[in-house]
Amino acid sequence: MTTDRQNARSLLLLSPAGLVMALCGVVPMAFVAYYSLHDTFGGNSFIWVGTTWFQQILVAPEFHAALLRSLGFSLLVLAIEMPLGIYVALKMPTRGALATVFIVLFTIPLLTPTIVVGYLWAAMTLPKAGLLFEALSLLGLNLNMNNPVVVWLVLSVMDAWHWTGLVVLLCYAGLRAIPDDYYRAARIDGASAWAVFRYIQLPKLRTVLLVAVLLRFMDSFIIYTEPYVVARGGPGVSTTFLSRELVQTALVEFNLGEGGAMAVVYFLVVLCVSWAFFTLVVSKTDLDPKRAVL
Amino acid sequence: MTQRRSLVPGLYALFIAVPLYWLLVMSLKTNAEITGSFALIPLAPTLENFAVIFSDPAWYLGYVNALIYVLMNVAISVTVAIPAAFAFARYRFRGDRVLFFVLLTFRMMAPAILLVPFVQIFSDLGLIDTHIAVAVAHCFFNVPIAVWILEGFVSGIPREIDESARIDGYSLVGYFRRILLPLIAPGIAVTAFFCFMFSWVEVLLANGLTVVAAKPINGIMSRAGSVNAADIPLLAAAGVLGLIPGLVLIVFMRRHLARGFSMGRVV
Repeated sequence: MTTDRQNARSLLLLSPAGLVMALCGVVPMAFVAYYSLHDTFGGNSFIWVGTTWFQQILVAPEFHAALLRSLGFSLLVLAIEMPLGIYVALKMPTRGALATVFIVLFTIPLLTPTIVVGYLWAAMTLPKAGLLFEALSLLGLNLNMNNPVVVWLVLSVMDAWHWTGLVVLLCYAGLRAIPDDYYRAARIDGASAWAVFRYIQLPKLRTVLLVAVLLRFMDSFIIYTEPYVVARGGPGVSTTFLSRELVQTALVEFNLGEGGAMAVVYFLVVLCVSWAFFTLVVSKTDLDPKRAVL
Repeated sequence: MTQRRSLVPGLYALFIAVPLYWLLVMSLKTNAEITGSFALIPLAPTLENFAVIFSDPAWYLGYVNALIYVLMNVAISVTVAIPAAFAFARYRFRGDRVLFFVLLTFRMMAPAILLVPFVQIFSDLGLIDTHIAVAVAHCFFNVPIAVWILEGFVSGIPREIDESARIDGYSLVGYFRRILLPLIAPGIAVTAFFCFMFSWVEVLLANGLTVVAAKPINGIMSRAGSVNAADIPLLAAAGVLGLIPGLVLIVFMRRHLARGFSMGRVV
């Protein structure tokens, strides 16, 4: 098929998705960009203020702190969930009823609404009602939710509970795609378990691991509901992450301009991560020169 | 590969199961029991909390509302994603890489960024507190994920099939209906599962764009939990019920989950 026809066909096929994405993605983003360059009174009249909001938030300690907390939380949960997920996937039974039971069980937290996850873990930390609190007090430990370190630990365990299953399932799927011959050859060569992991399994898992890192990084970076439900973003502001800070600024303090500027900076971070992922994975594996016939 | 049985998956399964068990236990206790003493099993199990939810429309309509917008969203996302996925998988066209990148970026956008403009846009359109508003809002993360998964499934279909369809004189529409859709049916199911999942668990937009008429269960729970002395057993019961649609889907989809999680492109 000629290039022109491919262009025309593609345009036709992409237009429904394009229309929906314009309405629910591009237009709202344009609104955000507009807010970030204006000041407003009650959201009716807008006054052009140029880059004032950007200058303001780029030196604002609250914004820096929220951004750093969000990055820190994302890196922390990645450091827990990636190794744990890979390890569990490596040790999973390869077939049989037990494998199915594990897969079903590991998927349940993924389908649990974030608010349920939040309330469940908030309740777990209460005296008497909370299993976690009571189990720790049996060990002589006091789960003090007024201690920021403790709250961070609880949130990381909660996030590991909620999302490690995604890493396990991705890796499990990736491992099933490795032909048995690879392992047979490794056995003949007398390769150690570590060598098998390092030189056979890890390279084959490259793509799924990058997908897992990307999804886990972004979804933890935009975390909103759970920290608020578990600890009201506290103690103090120690677990008030970027999403909360943004909604607080835009909708509670009703400062659309500053909220908009924060959203644009947030968006730029997302763009950078997305670009890194795209150049690392997608452009190498997909969208290779194609031979279209229909 | 043969491997020795390991305890690790079992221990991890325990870590997943214990909080779920606790959610169930709390939902079967009374408020007095839960605040009065600590017990690993409910001493006097009661279905009172579930009865409250099933007898109060303010509660049970929350599930209905959530199901309505989630299903609307799944229908929109999958329908618009199929032709787009086919274009990405089969055609080389101007701007294909850039478009794929843009889609990817939207999948990763924080709902918090888009909440304010969505409120303004849907108020201007008079659509605040309607199911369709939430369904459309959730498209910004679900359409990209749907295109992404389906592209993997379409790419997995050998080109020879397209070739022979062309020789047999199929039009593009005929090819879609008779050949492509049946072949990617498992992919469509997996995609629908993922769209359902991401829309079902989302709270911020679903709550922010609704008031009463379309308030989803997540929003109702959020309001019930923000009062002082929140009724923990009642919230736990609402949470248990909130797990059921997902559980049903998982059991139906268990064979396809692994491939779906790899976005159809592990091999």
